[in-house]
Amino acid sequence: MHVVVFTRSTPDTAARVEVGKDGSVTWGDAAMVVNPWDEYALEESILQAKNAGGKATVIAIGPEQHNDALKHSLAMGVDEAARVWDAALENADSLAYAAAAAGAVKKLGDVDLVILGKESIDVGTDQHNYQIARKLGWPMLSYVSKIAAVDYSARTIKVERLLEQGRQIVTSRLPAVISVMKDINEPRYPSFIGIRKASKAVIPEWSLADLGVSLPPTRTRTLRLMNLPAREGQVEMLDGTPEEQAAKLVERLLEEKVL
Amino acid sequence: MSAVFVWIETFKGNAGPTSWEALGAGRLVADKMGVPLAALVFGENANAVAAEAGQYGADKVLVCDDATLHGFRLEPYAALLAKLVTEHQPKAVLAVGTTRGRELLAAAAADTDSGLLTEVTSLEVQDDGSIRVVRPVYAGKILSEAAGNPDGVQFLALRGRAFKANAPKPDAKAEVTAVQPALAEDQIATKIEGFEEETGTVNLTDAAIIVSGGRAMANNPKEAPAGTANPEVWKAQDGFENVLKPLADVLGGAIGASRAAVDAGYIPYAHQVGQTGKTVSPDLYIACGISGAIQHQAGMRTSKVIVAINKDAEAPIFKLAHYGLVGDLYKIVPALTAELKKRLGK
Repeated sequence: MHVVVFTRSTPDTAARVEVGKDGSVTWGDAAMVVNPWDEYALEESILQAKNAGGKATVIAIGPEQHNDALKHSLAMGVDEAARVWDAALENADSLAYAAAAAGAVKKLGDVDLVILGKESIDVGTDQHNYQIARKLGWPMLSYVSKIAAVDYSARTIKVERLLEQGRQIVTSRLPAVISVMKDINEPRYPSFIGIRKASKAVIPEWSLADLGVSLPPTRTRTLRLMNLPAREGQVEMLDGTPEEQAAKLVERLLEEKVL
Repeated sequence: MSAVFVWIETFKGNAGPTSWEALGAGRLVADKMGVPLAALVFGENANAVAAEAGQYGADKVLVCDDATLHGFRLEPYAALLAKLVTEHQPKAVLAVGTTRGRELLAAAAADTDSGLLTEVTSLEVQDDGSIRVVRPVYAGKILSEAAGNPDGVQFLALRGRAFKANAPKPDAKAEVTAVQPALAEDQIATKIEGFEEETGTVNLTDAAIIVSGGRAMANNPKEAPAGTANPEVWKAQDGFENVLKPLADVLGGAIGASRAAVDAGYIPYAHQVGQTGKTVSPDLYIACGISGAIQHQAGMRTSKVIVAINKDAEAPIFKLAHYGLVGDLYKIVPALTAELKKRLGK
């Protein structure tokens, strides 16, 4: 049994992210961390590999800075890591990312399950998740909050998905791609021994030629990044007893016509 | 057919509340490009929803009410959308980026090697036919301006509540065409085994009003029953149920929560607003006992009016709020509920 998980390095969630004068994005001296949604995917891959006596491999697509996320993954207990990078992937969109990711899974060959975090906070999207599944031609189960049953020899999986209206129970055949939500597990912290082992790991870098992938044309482009518009006006503090505060607030809300 | 496609999401045969927003945005794009607006309705009750789509401004509707499409599943929906895109080569394909909308558009865009921009909060059609959009990135901390390529089909997943639906015209009728599904049941790997609907709660991402609670929900003055394993959790849960919920109910709103409240076990994760929860954009957001960490702000800062109720006058939430009430939420919220009942005549 072989499970593959994808991750990437993103600025720490508490970082103040801004667009600098030159138009590029900065986050001061805040650290890069594992994309927060990926922690749940990494934990699930470790659990799945352990339960089935199999192996978990973590892959990042991007330049060398993403090795940090890979080393964190290894320190948590993922068995192997690889990074995919190629100059052709610079400024590429989600289709190219998905083609490269699917190529990496195919290179590994014997993969039963791909686990992804719900979305990547830096690019602000999850579209690559579904596109990886389509490029592999595998079923996609998104927003998974629980793996209810999985049988790697019968090649079936049953999951619970968290949708707007409630929880859906779905079965699928394997191999499949799943994306997981926060409440699927409690991600572990890397152990001291894990960190030491990971720091010595040499992470292979695969090019698109290594994967035998040719990229689809890039169809979207980013024109510029902008800071959020400053909030207009100042906060109006409403004082008095709780009853007076409540009355003042209701007055304002009726004026604003939001009720 | 050169057209703009809009997917109309349905649940149990009814159009989703945000689907008409997508049709409203589609109308703007279609008019600017000078092409018809075509709604796509798949699944049970598709013909009735198609008639409604006509009233909301669609010129044409493509319907498919096949049994394989009853209940959304990505494989048959994406295969059908990709087939229709390949056959008709529309200029653009729009939908609201709900859990279903975003995966449907991403999958069909991948199948047809088309560009996709998600979480779109505003858009403008350029003279060359490319669609220029603004979308939040880095968990909503900055904005990105991006554009599609007019040589291909441009897919856009819209942020819910970012676009306005047109008012329905009762006499307006669209030209309805039935289409065949792309997959047969034996070609579909996923089977829906069951659905546990959350009844009686308002969906957070659709809600016009949200009342959220944070860590301070544990400051409930009520005593936990003797022998309660974790009195703090009991107090917070009781506060959500008996203090915040009555306020949400009088406002017809939904209940949200900060990550701190979810992680402490006060309320299920489905209610979490913020970076690792839901991104919401209601008309009114009332933050009760939430300090306003940057991760929480990322999920609610685009709310139209923000009210903060917090004991700590220095809490960061007051920098974002339009109205600030310093004090104990367990005193202010009941007073607010009572005042609203009086003023709204409930």
